[in-house]
Amino acid sequence: MLKGHQSWTFASKPVIAATATVVGPDEGLGPLGDEFDIVHGDATLGQKTWEKAEKALLEEAAQRTLDKAGLTGGQVQFYIGGDLMNQIISNTFAARTLNMPYIGIFGACSTSMEGLALAAQLMDAGAAHHVMCGTCSHNSTAEKQFRYPTEYGSQKPPTAQYTVTGAGAALLAREGAGPVVSAATIGRIVDMGIKDPFNMGAAMAPAAVDTITAHCRDLGIEPGHYDLIVTGDLGAVGYAIAHELFAKHRFPIEQTVYDDCGLLIYDREKQAVQAGGSGCGCSATVTYGHLLKRMQRGELRRILVVATGALLSPLSFQQGESIPCIAHAVAIEAGGEA
Amino acid sequence: MANNKKKNMTMTQQEYQQLAKRIEPKRPVLKNCLRAFLVGGIICVIGQVLMEMFIHWFGFTEKTAGNPTVAVLIFISVVLTSFGVYDKISQWAGAGSAVPVTGFANSLCSAAIEHRAEGVVLGIGGNMFKLAGSVIVFGIVTAFLVGILHLLFGVGR
Amino acid sequence: MMQFIWAFVIGGAICVLGQLLIDVGKLTPAHTMSTLVVLGAIADGIGIYDPFIKFAGAGATVPITSFGNALVHGALEELQQDGYIGIITGIFEVTSAGISSAIIFSFLAAILVRPKG
Repeated sequence: MLKGHQSWTFASKPVIAATATVVGPDEGLGPLGDEFDIVHGDATLGQKTWEKAEKALLEEAAQRTLDKAGLTGGQVQFYIGGDLMNQIISNTFAARTLNMPYIGIFGACSTSMEGLALAAQLMDAGAAHHVMCGTCSHNSTAEKQFRYPTEYGSQKPPTAQYTVTGAGAALLAREGAGPVVSAATIGRIVDMGIKDPFNMGAAMAPAAVDTITAHCRDLGIEPGHYDLIVTGDLGAVGYAIAHELFAKHRFPIEQTVYDDCGLLIYDREKQAVQAGGSGCGCSATVTYGHLLKRMQRGELRRILVVATGALLSPLSFQQGESIPCIAHAVAIEAGGEA
Repeated sequence: MANNKKKNMTMTQQEYQQLAKRIEPKRPVLKNCLRAFLVGGIICVIGQVLMEMFIHWFGFTEKTAGNPTVAVLIFISVVLTSFGVYDKISQWAGAGSAVPVTGFANSLCSAAIEHRAEGVVLGIGGNMFKLAGSVIVFGIVTAFLVGILHLLFGVGR
Repeated sequence: MMQFIWAFVIGGAICVLGQLLIDVGKLTPAHTMSTLVVLGAIADGIGIYDPFIKFAGAGATVPITSFGNALVHGALEELQQDGYIGIITGIFEVTSAGISSAIIFSFLAAILVRPKG
């Protein structure tokens, strides 16, 4: 149901019946390494090209999710997914094997929550019994497409971020044990004229703040309603900027714990990741792997996950355009009682 | 405080960019320059050693020893790129590994290796000059203009 | 001995120029290298790159600036020998060792190895 200007509340409380996360070696070596379902020791996953490896990551995550839920692809009405690749080929090619009616979306690194919000809306509207949403990213495919060949010796500035090699998928059901999706806010595109693709944190922070404030305004709540508000991949630079923007807009973020998936997934001291993690897989793997596990352990009751995306293309940057960004928020609450 | 470059942006955008600039970690320019100086210097000394070697042991002259020297440096760069080591060196050395001819070879080699996935003709062949293309194009265009100027004004060499 | 020291110092200095273009000028690597090549070409055009090589040795021939110098060298030598057509026939004369070996070795590498990521 529509709430406020750009948010939905889900009275039927769709349940996140199962999730799965599959990551690469760098993520396995990070602080959350134990919390992922599968950690690959080799980023090629034994495939011939990086693009095939990214597709394999997503296939594994989706299949694992189905297995955990005890369902086959044929029993799921819709699969909603997207990624960073041109024409979202990782999702399209993975969906070939998954045998679910497919809705492809593009939100760059905000895809995880964009997909979860749309999936929850389909469930709440009675338009499906089961919906799966998934996303993935791979460090090498992102470097190859957006920046330089992986073996090229360019020096990354301290504002750069490291694309996560990982895939995360979630399956929604009408009822069952598990955390529930209670609300979502669809973000607007915000462009503050930042042009540097090596400083995405600065480009995305305004979009995150815009969506978080819109969410609280639409639902008529304060940030303290949540035990944790987490952004997708602002990294160290974007995180610091977001804090300042909250203060500037007099938004009481200090009522809750505010963190960022890009900062959680890697150990910035030991791993050469500059400002932190980024990529569609960042928010997906941290949310479905780590945050939901914390909810299961009873450490968190209500969280707001705000995935942030930078909607540039390699060409738009070369043509001197700035970077428009977007952030989508989904509120997840501990459920449990069927 | 608008200025010419920022004419196309609103006040809010300009204010935000100032905020972002303030928070953004500054690049360690001095540290990067020292590292670039060190590594660039070492690569050039290696080049000098190679030149002496080719002159004294292989019978090249001062004029012609440059050719095998450059070929050997390029070979070393290609080997390091193939082993996945060159980019790690470059993160530390910055321009120190990018500016010498080894960086040129790295740009060709890394593009070729990466795009092998798209096949030999379209992948390797079509993408090899992805990064080095501008260097070659601008070098040649400038050489042409310099030649034209010499022709027109007859400045002797 | 002095030659080695000058090679180190001059080579290092050209790299520092490149580093400043990247860090302070905020140019991309492609822009930086193109700028350096053009500077090398102009320097040879005014006749200062050759004496530079005499005193700095590999410090002047190894950085990418010498590529610009070699292109102009070739063009101007052919210009003297063959007249105006020399400007375009001579450009690749001197640099062919560098470009040829880079292409050949890179091609072989791409056939033999996969990227490590």
